[in-house]
Amino acid sequence: MEIFDLFIEAWPLLFKGVQLTLLLTVISIIAGTTIAIFLALGKTYGPKYVKWPIVVFIEIIRGTPLLAQLFILYFGLPPYGLNLSGFTVAFIGFTVNCSAYTAEYLRGSIMSIESNQLRVAQSLGMTKWQGIFNVILPQALRRVVPSWTNEFIYLLKYTSLAYMIGTHELMTQAKFFASRNYEFFKVYLIVALFYLVLVVFFTNIFSWVERQFKIPGFEFEH
Amino acid sequence: MSEEKKTILKIEDLHKSFGDNEVLKGVSLSLNKGENKVIIGPSGTGKSTLLNNVNRLVPPDRGRIYLDGEEITSQNINKMRQEIGFVFQDFGLFNHLTALGNVKVGLTKVKKMDKQDAQDLAMEELRRVGLEESAEQYPAELSGGQKQRVGIARALAMQPKLILFDEPTSALDPELIGEVLNVMKNLAKEGMTMLVVTHEMGFARTVSDEIIFMENGYIVEQGPPKQLFNNPDTERTREFLFKLTELYGEGDE
Repeated sequence: MEIFDLFIEAWPLLFKGVQLTLLLTVISIIAGTTIAIFLALGKTYGPKYVKWPIVVFIEIIRGTPLLAQLFILYFGLPPYGLNLSGFTVAFIGFTVNCSAYTAEYLRGSIMSIESNQLRVAQSLGMTKWQGIFNVILPQALRRVVPSWTNEFIYLLKYTSLAYMIGTHELMTQAKFFASRNYEFFKVYLIVALFYLVLVVFFTNIFSWVERQFKIPGFEFEH
Repeated sequence: MSEEKKTILKIEDLHKSFGDNEVLKGVSLSLNKGENKVIIGPSGTGKSTLLNNVNRLVPPDRGRIYLDGEEITSQNINKMRQEIGFVFQDFGLFNHLTALGNVKVGLTKVKKMDKQDAQDLAMEELRRVGLEESAEQYPAELSGGQKQRVGIARALAMQPKLILFDEPTSALDPELIGEVLNVMKNLAKEGMTMLVVTHEMGFARTVSDEIIFMENGYIVEQGPPKQLFNNPDTERTREFLFKLTELYGEGDE
């Protein structure tokens, strides 16, 4: 079969897969980033009993393979009576990973803000946390956008791992389709192209957003 | 006690050490309403530490500090800081905010002032330092002198009882120092109470009511500029002033 005909035929199935891929990516990045903000602030400014659990959490998540984490949740928990759907496991796994990595990016970004800025905020009568939320965080979030864009792209592609835990995202749909017609090479080529188009699309969206929020002194090197 | 003699700032027996290094060894001074005192002295003698002790950005080890009769403590510090303006050597502008945003942020976030009122007051303070044209510019777009004037406007907007200046012109190119000193001179004329750490002898001679000479954690001598320049009590003061004048010139006026 020609690759174009194959594409037409595969489209309905793959489109369904793409929708799930995008859903999984978007909700995981939103939840993960929200958690990351608290992790980064806790690790940077929190007292010891807040800081250390966060350090341990981040190290464990970053130090173990994502697939192993997904398998533990998906295959490892049912014997203990906890049956999570593939989608739920994927959502939890991706969110947790995204939060750990983004927390570290954000922390780096927080550390790059001039240390004097918080002192100045306090000199105006702000509490430490008022200073963090009004002065440090708005700057740190702007600076973290490029690494965060990277994280989004990783996540988008990592969602393909959900195929291993019975979630009908793009890869799974492709496998279904290919096992019917044995056109593995062409089908996976099409799928790879799908991911590429998505990545290019989002990269452009984010650099547009970056430009909208750009202010002098916060330019990014491209 | 007449209004002019009201004590705004009173520092008693201030001590501060960093590790084994005792930077302040018992400093006392007071500042009346509308007074302008300049602190001079070699670097490392605790001048900046003294200012930072007053608003507890660096808390003192020992000693008491009173603002307008009320002791400044770690409990009331956030309220006290609203009444003590601080102008930093490196300006300390918030980089993500415009000049106007920098002046406004303390009003909206700390004083919880109405947005429009804050806007109007911030604009007025920018006008006072001659920068209403630059209101919408970001720190990265401003010159050093403009940045420091925004820093002063930001301090002024909080309507403080006292402004502390920590070497406000030391980070500036020589040709930009004048515009900042002019703003400070005008403030002094308007009766703002100011405690200024600076090496600008012209400012000290012509604007200050009193010069405080500090060295090795002590106040060596303090008095009106005329007295310190013409007839100092100690040889050390004479030496230091002579050196400063040689280095930085007599200053204009």
